[in-house]
Amino acid sequence: MKVSLFVTCLTDTFYPRTGIAVVKVLERLGCAVDFPQAQTCCGQPMFNNGFTDEARELARRMVEVFEDSEYVVTPSGSCCAMIHDYYPQLFKDDPAMAERARKLVEKTYEFYQFLLTVVKVDLRSLGAKWSGKVTYHYSCHLRGLGMTDEAVRLIQQIEGVEYVPLPKAEQCCGFGGTFAMKYPQISGTLVRDKVACIRDTRAAAVVSNDAGCTMNISGSCRRENHAVTFLSLAEIIAESLGLMEATAV
Amino acid sequence: MSSTPSESTTSGHDTGKPVGLSVNGHDLLFPPLPYDIHARADKATADKQLLDFVHVATYRKDVTRRQVTSAAFGEKHGDFRELGAAIKQHTLDHLDHYIEKFVDNATAAGVRVHFAQDAAQANAICLDIARRAGAKLCVKSKSMVTEETQLLPQLEAIGVETVETDLGEFILQLDHDAPSHIVTPMIHKNRQSVARAFERELGAPYTEDPQELTQIARAHLREKYRKADLGISGGNFLVAETGSVVICTNEGNGRFCTSAPRVHVAFVGIEKLVPTFEHLGVMLKLLARTSTGQPLTVYTHVMTGPRRAHEHGGPDEMHVILLDNGRTEILKPETREMLRCIRCGACLNACPVYRKVGGHSYGAVYSGPIGALITPMFRGLANYPDLPNASSLCGACYEACPVKINIPKYLIQLRAEMVSKRITKWSDRLVYRMWARSLGRSWTYRLGGWAQKLFFRWQARVAGTLELGDPYRSRGWLNDLPGPAGGWTSQRDMPTPPAKSFRQWWDEQNRP
Repeated sequence: MKVSLFVTCLTDTFYPRTGIAVVKVLERLGCAVDFPQAQTCCGQPMFNNGFTDEARELARRMVEVFEDSEYVVTPSGSCCAMIHDYYPQLFKDDPAMAERARKLVEKTYEFYQFLLTVVKVDLRSLGAKWSGKVTYHYSCHLRGLGMTDEAVRLIQQIEGVEYVPLPKAEQCCGFGGTFAMKYPQISGTLVRDKVACIRDTRAAAVVSNDAGCTMNISGSCRRENHAVTFLSLAEIIAESLGLMEATAV
Repeated sequence: MSSTPSESTTSGHDTGKPVGLSVNGHDLLFPPLPYDIHARADKATADKQLLDFVHVATYRKDVTRRQVTSAAFGEKHGDFRELGAAIKQHTLDHLDHYIEKFVDNATAAGVRVHFAQDAAQANAICLDIARRAGAKLCVKSKSMVTEETQLLPQLEAIGVETVETDLGEFILQLDHDAPSHIVTPMIHKNRQSVARAFERELGAPYTEDPQELTQIARAHLREKYRKADLGISGGNFLVAETGSVVICTNEGNGRFCTSAPRVHVAFVGIEKLVPTFEHLGVMLKLLARTSTGQPLTVYTHVMTGPRRAHEHGGPDEMHVILLDNGRTEILKPETREMLRCIRCGACLNACPVYRKVGGHSYGAVYSGPIGALITPMFRGLANYPDLPNASSLCGACYEACPVKINIPKYLIQLRAEMVSKRITKWSDRLVYRMWARSLGRSWTYRLGGWAQKLFFRWQARVAGTLELGDPYRSRGWLNDLPGPAGGWTSQRDMPTPPAKSFRQWWDEQNRP
């Protein structure tokens, strides 16, 4: 199975270890992974702020860059949802482009959506082991992809993980891209609520699957003096399979 | 006691204050425009008590909604929402046809149907009816549309004492407050403030016991129903095939208001139509479960015409005022979906932002996610530039909506309209366009990422927070960034990128 990695701009710069983990896990599962170097950003920040024309040009670039890929996998629910929910609509006046965009939609998967629906992985049979108390942050954009408890199912396949559900898991962490900067007080109140919920779980690690949420929540944990480790789902899986050095928690 | 509603009749004119205790026209819902959300939102988020009420109440309602809908509809919940959406969408797609049918059938049943293009017309029609009826006392059940038209002060100005009979609205009226939630108008208030208002305005002994408080209100209101000569209601649905008005309440006050007084006037938005009773059944099942988590509201009142000759109860005259007030503007295909709304309030309960800022922060009659869409549509995008933007686009509203209004999609659509109409600040337009350009080529993208990393890491080094270790993981932290990023660091720390990017790792692996 040939898989092209769409690493996303935030993961590339802020969470490179997540990108590395995705590559290692996919290769361990027998996928041939490539990384089209021309990729940049899916255009979500522009689109969400109403800059439709600018977003369309970035979407066009994405469609072209991944045109020859068999599968496109990304460790970000929100970037994946951007492609799925809005790419075809961006080209509604250009049927040929819209069709190419639809092809990209069909082959683009969020990382663990890919693990569960395409590779149909069972981490137990691979001997996944990781020791510690873990909670999971559900990113809002997974809603758009129709995903609910997939990540939790994967985490629970790892031997040694003590999983604690996060209270109010479905309530947004308050990131929302530029929302966090334009409406700091609202966003800050939301993220402090999230930190309080994380504190209540007494978990040593938070598994999250969106770079934006992780920047927001980890930054607030630090400000509120709550020491906890943040891992992406790809990282904890890579560590549990011995593909990366295990994080001490 | 001079300010009790029962004594505040026309003599109130002398003091220069509006007669009665109307809250309509309150600046909470009609603030000076353009409206900036920050002041009220910041105040609300700092108000621990408000947060406790609103957050806890909405969160519980949201949990109940999910439990009740999944218990009732199970796997079919999605199909049911699809059906609700289709019924409303179909009706809106053929609204002219169904309005005509409704008018014909309602008229045949003896209803006087009036059309009002805007709030002023709707109020004028109602005042005319009140004058002709010689009305002195009006009992009113809950209606968002009359909040929208600011009816109460106008009725009171012509000497019609008007009493809100929905318990929540009644308390708000006594307390000179305004509703902050479509379904639960006094969600922002606690029992103590109710007790104080009853003591002050009704002369009742101070009590915080909910049962006793309800009894006080009941005793006061029963007297009003008996004396009232005008009853005003809203309408949850209009059924085209029979010309019926349907109201859903839990306190039974709606029945009193619409059957005890001699004249009944219903204020209803034109989007409330459904074709037949079969369709109504679907909508009622959805409305009760998503708004209050009940299988059905306690009272579902269907009114088809005034009292008939052989009937004992009911009004002699029944009027329906069909209100446009900006709705036909939303009816254009690009925004029509917004009109499917059945005002169940589920999106407010599910919304993380509403939970933290409360309804009054929206500065409008309709708050929460649906308010963030229809308020700018009704009252001008340039007047409410924050409403489409003060959202993290988390999508909880869309998931909660019983008629599947894709609220996040339309919030983005309004943002795009702000950009194209240049309501968005020029500096923002410049920043986003330059940002998009830098993302448009791989070398400028890399350069941008590199510069950002260098700047952040240099700042962290100066601040002494830079961790050393794994080049793909160890980072620094910033707590005081300049410019727009200051909004970030005013609330939480900003992580810096690690020393190396994913691309550097890929290149170092000598991969193709």
